[in-house]
Amino acid sequence: MNFSRFYAVVKARNIEFFRDRSSLGWNLLFPILMLVGLSFVFSGDDRAVYKVGVIELAPKQSSFLATKFINFIDYQDIELAKVKLEQHSLDLLVDFKGEKYWVNQGSPNSYLVEKIFLNEHDNFKRLETQGKKIRYVDWVLPGILGMNMMFSCLFGVGYVIVRYRKNAVLKRLKATPLSALEFVSAQLVSRLFIVMFMTSVVYIGCNLFFDFYMLGSYFDLFIIAVLGAFSLITLGLLVASRSKSEELIGGLLNLTSWPMMLLSGVWFSLEGAPNAVKVFADFLPLTHLVAGARKIITEGATLMDISYHVAILVGMSMVFLALGAYLFSWNTER
Amino acid sequence: MQEVIRVENLTKSYKDIVAVDNVNFSIEKGHCFGLLGPNGAGKTTTIEIMEGIIKATKGQVFYYGKAIDESMSQQIGIQFQHTALQDFLTVKETLNLFTSFYQHTVPHSDLIELCDLSEFLDRDNRLLSGGQRQRLLLALALINDPDIVFLDEPTTGLDPQARRNFWQLIKNIKARDKTVVLTTHYMDEAQQLCDDVLIMDHGQVIARGTPRQLLNQHFNEVFIYLPEEQVPAKLCQEHQWQINEHQVEITTADVEATIALLLAEKVSLTGLHVKSPNLDDLFLKLTGHSLRD
Repeated sequence: MNFSRFYAVVKARNIEFFRDRSSLGWNLLFPILMLVGLSFVFSGDDRAVYKVGVIELAPKQSSFLATKFINFIDYQDIELAKVKLEQHSLDLLVDFKGEKYWVNQGSPNSYLVEKIFLNEHDNFKRLETQGKKIRYVDWVLPGILGMNMMFSCLFGVGYVIVRYRKNAVLKRLKATPLSALEFVSAQLVSRLFIVMFMTSVVYIGCNLFFDFYMLGSYFDLFIIAVLGAFSLITLGLLVASRSKSEELIGGLLNLTSWPMMLLSGVWFSLEGAPNAVKVFADFLPLTHLVAGARKIITEGATLMDISYHVAILVGMSMVFLALGAYLFSWNTER
Repeated sequence: MQEVIRVENLTKSYKDIVAVDNVNFSIEKGHCFGLLGPNGAGKTTTIEIMEGIIKATKGQVFYYGKAIDESMSQQIGIQFQHTALQDFLTVKETLNLFTSFYQHTVPHSDLIELCDLSEFLDRDNRLLSGGQRQRLLLALALINDPDIVFLDEPTTGLDPQARRNFWQLIKNIKARDKTVVLTTHYMDEAQQLCDDVLIMDHGQVIARGTPRQLLNQHFNEVFIYLPEEQVPAKLCQEHQWQINEHQVEITTADVEATIALLLAEKVSLTGLHVKSPNLDDLFLKLTGHSLRD
């Protein structure tokens, strides 16, 4: 591995990307448009009912449980339920056995449901919590950014390599002392830099307007994003390892990206999905990127807490990279 | 003269098609070696095996007596027939990129002067004209100061003036004692540039030698052309003169006797021209079809 050759290819590819104004603009604009659109679509709180969390819910604990237009949700884990209350996913949390309840100081809904609750149980101990409301845009943010990273990684690497192969740029490079390892590593590092740079710009820029919810560490979020991008780039390299046809690679990349877009939890949670779908989604790198990032953002998880997703992303990257390097062809034969 | 490249029993097959069929030849140092033939003759396949870009089905290529290997890429320069350059890079950036690939390189100022790049150094690769592009590709082929330069149809698609300018560049390279391997289907190009030619057709070698040797060996006649309407048909039939594109083609070893015959028959000599046979005529004679077919 010759570093100056590797660095020269990284630099050339980065110049090529950043000078292609139309592509650069679209890479920035697309995720911003998605976030702005979704925040408008889901800006109204159209829930018809209030949500009350109950620790170890049992029927007939209280006549309050028969109140119409309130959803009662059973929680076994009091800490998890408190996080949901802080995030405004619940309006009130009640522990009938302990004769206490929690309200969210910052939530108007919590105030209203408390009034209803106190009609029946004015002797319960009142506990307070507070936290910023988690909006749909906060929840969907890792999905949108993850999806954008996926398209950039798969198409940015896959299409470029196939185009280089088709128009004989690869053939010209093969005629130099540049090795396949140097070329592939340079593509990988260049794309990783581009994707992380673009995603950071979009995240930081949008954060000024949306003030995104963030419970975890930005460092952990950065690490899971790098691991996710790395695995998606290696998947792109694998898909593009041999093909010389832009039509074929378009089909293959769509075949790879569409299941991830639909089943990796970008738009909705997979919690209620059939088991077979969950198992299938587990084989998709975007699932682990989105789930890991979402846990860091909305639950304050650490890298240790999401070690399952981290390990799977690292494992997938190794497999994709090994297969991609093994199958890679300059494919210069006519 | 020192032998630089030797090709032994070279064969390349693609499924049922034999693109190169048991080809043997050698190239001497400092020569411009021309691989000639029509499209599909096997020239590009042969040259790409010599460059180490594709593998032969059978046979071997030796470079200074050693079988070719990956280290050869430091010592050769290549200009492919069809190559795109990376979009959005300028000519100067492209030179920098390729410079980083080699251990030993030529100073950019030399290349810029040799290949006449100074006018468009800061221009995006996408905006280069055909001739400028070919000059940049030639500069990239020379960037590592190679012993051997492979040029695969370097003037295809260029206008006549750009072609002649490019020929001068190749002559300048030869003057620096480089060995040049050139494929072309332009016979005037081969006659202008090549010290030694090998003519291929259907993957096989059909002739080998210097252009002058080959022409002397196969022709002792010249061609006389006259407009068809000036020569009586009876005279053409009697002497078996061919008519091509409204021109009567007279093949003769004795120009004076033929002119005397035409004057005796009261044929007007207006529009007469005499042409020596060239490599295209040689190819036609050897294969029965033209190089451009």
